[in-house]
Amino acid sequence: MKKYIDDFIVTDNRRLNGEYVILTLELDRDLPEILPGQFAEVKVDNAPNTFLRRPISIHDVVEEKRQIKLLVQEIGEGTRVMGSLQKGDKLNLVYPLGNSFSDPATKEVLLVGGGCGVAPLLYLGRKLKEKGITPRFLLGARNSEGLIALDEYKKVGEVNVTTEDGSMGTKGFVIHHPLMRTDSPVYDHVYTCGPEAMMKVVAKYSEKHGIKCEVSLENRMACGIGACLCCVTDTKDGHVCTCTDGPVFDSTYLKW
Amino acid sequence: MTASGTFGYGEEYEDFFDISQLGGIIVKGTTGSHREGNPYPRMAETPHGMLNAVGLQNKGVDYFVKEIYPRIKDYNTNMLVNVSGSTVEEYEDVARKINELEKIPGIELNISCPNVKEGGMAFGTSCPSAVSVINAVRKVYDKHIMVKLSPNVTNVAEIAHAVEGEGADSVSLINTLLGMAIDAESRRPLLSTVTGGLSGPAVKPVALRMVWQVSQAVKIPVVGLGGIMTAADAIEFMLAGASAVQIGTANFIDPLVSVKVIKGMEDYCERHDIGAVRELTGGMITE
Repeated sequence: MKKYIDDFIVTDNRRLNGEYVILTLELDRDLPEILPGQFAEVKVDNAPNTFLRRPISIHDVVEEKRQIKLLVQEIGEGTRVMGSLQKGDKLNLVYPLGNSFSDPATKEVLLVGGGCGVAPLLYLGRKLKEKGITPRFLLGARNSEGLIALDEYKKVGEVNVTTEDGSMGTKGFVIHHPLMRTDSPVYDHVYTCGPEAMMKVVAKYSEKHGIKCEVSLENRMACGIGACLCCVTDTKDGHVCTCTDGPVFDSTYLKW
Repeated sequence: MTASGTFGYGEEYEDFFDISQLGGIIVKGTTGSHREGNPYPRMAETPHGMLNAVGLQNKGVDYFVKEIYPRIKDYNTNMLVNVSGSTVEEYEDVARKINELEKIPGIELNISCPNVKEGGMAFGTSCPSAVSVINAVRKVYDKHIMVKLSPNVTNVAEIAHAVEGEGADSVSLINTLLGMAIDAESRRPLLSTVTGGLSGPAVKPVALRMVWQVSQAVKIPVVGLGGIMTAADAIEFMLAGASAVQIGTANFIDPLVSVKVIKGMEDYCERHDIGAVRELTGGMITE
C-alpha cells in the first residue's frame, strides 16, 4: 500500500478523562484507503524533549468527511502535547502504515481490548459491520473511568466490559468475563489489542479452543516503515518488523 | 547520500519522493551470513537523539546478491553497500561478492558498528586492526572503498590516516557514539544490550569536530554525518572539511529530509554566490 506524508488539521479534541483524548484530524482532499489495524507516525511539534514520531493506531475513519480519529493516551511529553492540541492546529502524519486485521471466516467474532489498546478495534468493528457482521466487543480496564468512549463502540456492536475493581461490568480481567470462561466459545475469530499480558492470556485461551487469534502489537518504533529495524518482534521466522510485517500478527506466529 | 541503516534499501522511501534525486544510498549493513540482530528492545529515544542496538540484522550477502540486488540495481543513483563482519575473512568474503555486482559502484566498510559482540567497532578502534581489514578488502575489491569510522576512539585522525595508507578511497564519519539509558523507576536499562549507539542532533558537535580533525589529516575525501537535520547542518559539515554528507536518523522523522537538504544547500549557494557546493569544502573561516 502506498504511504503518504500529509498535514492534517485538528477539527476536534474531545477529552474523555484526565488521561485520554480523541483527536479528529481532517485532510484537504480525499483520504487514501486505510485498513483496520493500521497506524500513523505522528510528528509532534512543540515537544522539546521528544525527537521521534509517535506511532498511533487509527481509531476511526470517516471517509466522507476526510477525517481520521486518533485515540491518544497521555503517557509522556509527546502524547501530552497531542492531548493539548486545539481546533485549527496542524499535525503531520506518515500513514497508513503496517498490515491490517484479516477478514473472519465466519460472522462470529470477538474483539478484545484493554486500556489504550481498544483504539484500533473501533474502526475494525465498523468495517466488520459494513460486511454484515455484528462485532462483539470485550473491553477491559482498571475501573469504569478507564473504559473510554463506550458510546462509540455501542454504536457499532455489542459491548461487554470488565473492570478490575468491579466498578462496571464483570469484576476482574477480560479473561474472567463469561465470554472467555466458557469451554464452548461462540466465536471463531478473536482480535485483540492491549497490554501484552492481556493479549497473551487471550491468545492462550483462543489457541486452546482452536480459535484464530490476531494480536496487534505496540513496540517502540523509530521509522515506522521498515527501514531502521528497531521495532522487531520474535517470530517463527526470527526477528520481523512490527511496523511493516505487523502490527497485526497471528498469535501462533509469535514467540512470546 | 542517505546513511546506512536509516534508509533500508531505498524501496521503503519510494512512496515519498523520487530517490534518484539523491547522490547515493548506502544500503543496510551486510554481513557474510544471516544475522538476527539483538533482542528487542533495540531503541530508546533520548534528548535530541536516539540510541539503537539493532546489531546488524540482515539476511547475509548471498541473499543480498540473489534477492535484493536485482530489485535495486536500476535505481538511478549510486547504490553503495555497507559491508560488515566479525572477522577479516568475513569482510573479505562479503567484499569479494559485492565486487561482482556491476551496478554497485562502491562499498562502505563498516569498521565501527558498536552493537555486535565480535568485530564491528573493534576493528575501527585501533590502527593495526583497521589496517588489517582495509588491506585484506583492498586486495579483493576494485571499486570505491569508503571506510566508516568510529567516534569511540581517542584519536580519530590517526585511524583515518592509517586507513588512507591502506588504499581507502574515502572515509565517512561518524558512526554512532556508544551510549546507554536507564529507566530510573524500574532501574532497568532501556536497551536489551544495555549499551547502544547514539545518533541524532545530540551527536552533531562531536561529529563536526571529528570531520574537521580528519579532513586535516587525510587527502582522500571525507564524508560527514552525524545529526544532520537541515541544510545548515549539512553546510557546517562541508565547511568543516567534508566533501559530501550523509543523512541518517533525520530520515525517520521526515522521510523527505534529504531532498529538503539538497534544495536548501542549493539555495545557500545561490544566496552566497557560490558556483558549486564543492566549493564549500573546508571553507570555515578561522582568522
